[in-house]
Amino acid sequence: MIKLADVTKDFPKRGPPALQKVTFHIRKGEFAFLTGHSGSGKSTTLRLIHMAHRPTGGEVRVSGFSSALTSEREVWKLRRRVGMVFQDFRLLPSRTALENITFALEVTGTPRPQLIPRAQRLLSKVGLSSKAGSRAHELSGGEQQRVAIARALATEPLVLLADEPSGNLDERATRGVLELFHELNASGMCVLMATHDLDLVRRFPGARVLELNEGRLAYDSGAVS
Amino acid sequence: MHALREAFAAVRRAPLLTALSAAMVALALFVVGLFGLVAHNLHLTLDRIEDRVEVVAYLRDDVRSEELAITEQELTALPEVDRVRYVSKDDALIQARQEMSEFQELFADLEFNPLPASLELALVPGNRDPETVARISEQVGLYPFVEDVRYGEEWVERLFLLRHMAGITAGVLGAGFALVAALIIATAIRIAIFARREEIFVMRLVGAKDGFIRRPFLLEGLFTGLVGGLFAVLLTYSAYAAVYSLIFPLEWLPPEWVLFGVLVGGGFGLVASTFAVRRYLREV
Repeated sequence: MIKLADVTKDFPKRGPPALQKVTFHIRKGEFAFLTGHSGSGKSTTLRLIHMAHRPTGGEVRVSGFSSALTSEREVWKLRRRVGMVFQDFRLLPSRTALENITFALEVTGTPRPQLIPRAQRLLSKVGLSSKAGSRAHELSGGEQQRVAIARALATEPLVLLADEPSGNLDERATRGVLELFHELNASGMCVLMATHDLDLVRRFPGARVLELNEGRLAYDSGAVS
Repeated sequence: MHALREAFAAVRRAPLLTALSAAMVALALFVVGLFGLVAHNLHLTLDRIEDRVEVVAYLRDDVRSEELAITEQELTALPEVDRVRYVSKDDALIQARQEMSEFQELFADLEFNPLPASLELALVPGNRDPETVARISEQVGLYPFVEDVRYGEEWVERLFLLRHMAGITAGVLGAGFALVAALIIATAIRIAIFARREEIFVMRLVGAKDGFIRRPFLLEGLFTGLVGGLFAVLLTYSAYAAVYSLIFPLEWLPPEWVLFGVLVGGGFGLVASTFAVRRYLREV
């Protein structure tokens, strides 16, 4: 599902490479944590998988798309298969929870009559039906992250990437959001979550853990030797 | 359809920002419009002066009417010559009396008419430059019964030098004003798009096609530019009307210039949006 082969990412004028010869393979339906200190290359890895960046060396393959063969014009096809959520949610603050979702549905080609019913179903899936009419900036951090997850699900992706999704959340909201990720994973979705919070990782002993250190893959609990 | 809906929704959501962008476009194009007004009127004035450029061939008194008729035909047939007018000795004296009233006494004491008959050659517009005028004069001077040819050599040269300088100045200043207007419009549109960069981010994030993302912004840029262009026309017309009624009469811009100005506003808006959106598209 996600395959990195000898991936190096160098940002010119920014010191040593952000990633160096990183190789791993995450299979369909897997739940994996990507851990490491700040600056270890977690976000860069997610951005490479989402093809917001291209590797300087090596190849990234995601759900049939290769970083070497997918042009900028075709990235949208990959994005519909790979959802992504962020620490700072990146919602449209002046729009309601429902509108944030209908916006994502509309710009990805959902016919107008289906927009609201589908957005309502997605909000219901993340347990936020009652907040459909609330503007994003009026919601709590946990609620905003749920809306962001619902938005990421708008295109029914096969993979969900999460970049420090609990970074701005309190303990209770973190628990709720993580449960949601697990439910999604249980339904067959591949989840790759970047976090520096090892307590979070310890709560899910069954999950695969990939640890990055200064741009190198230092540990992979699921590596096939 | 989505593009149109989103473009108007964006205008509705942030009317102040759209109005400010359109106002910036309008003010930038207003300066260009004022310059156009000045340039157009200067051009018309020079055209009017240039209309007075003519070649006058003074004829000997013994010229025969048959020779004169053939000469008139030959000269009229020249592509540079618009028309040829014969001014007889008597007509010349009448004209001189009318135009030089301060010499009335002198004219009254004349025992004979000292003024020669002449042929006045009006030239086709575009053929009144010093070289053409000199060439036609030389050609006319070859007729044996032509005593002298005058066309105000120095005056024509100065007029064309003035016209040439006015053309260069207008070109340089016009290009400068247009460039400044383009930069202002680009900044205005960029500010408007900057305010909506999160939408672009989200659209890219969830997998909207680039063309789909661009279209509403391009329409918005086009709309802002066109509205700004129309306001610039209104402002320029107000300035024209004020000068016309309070200072001196002048000519309004030709309709094709006005249309061109409005379209330039729209075009600048479109191009500025294209560049601004492209920049944000690269970020995700």
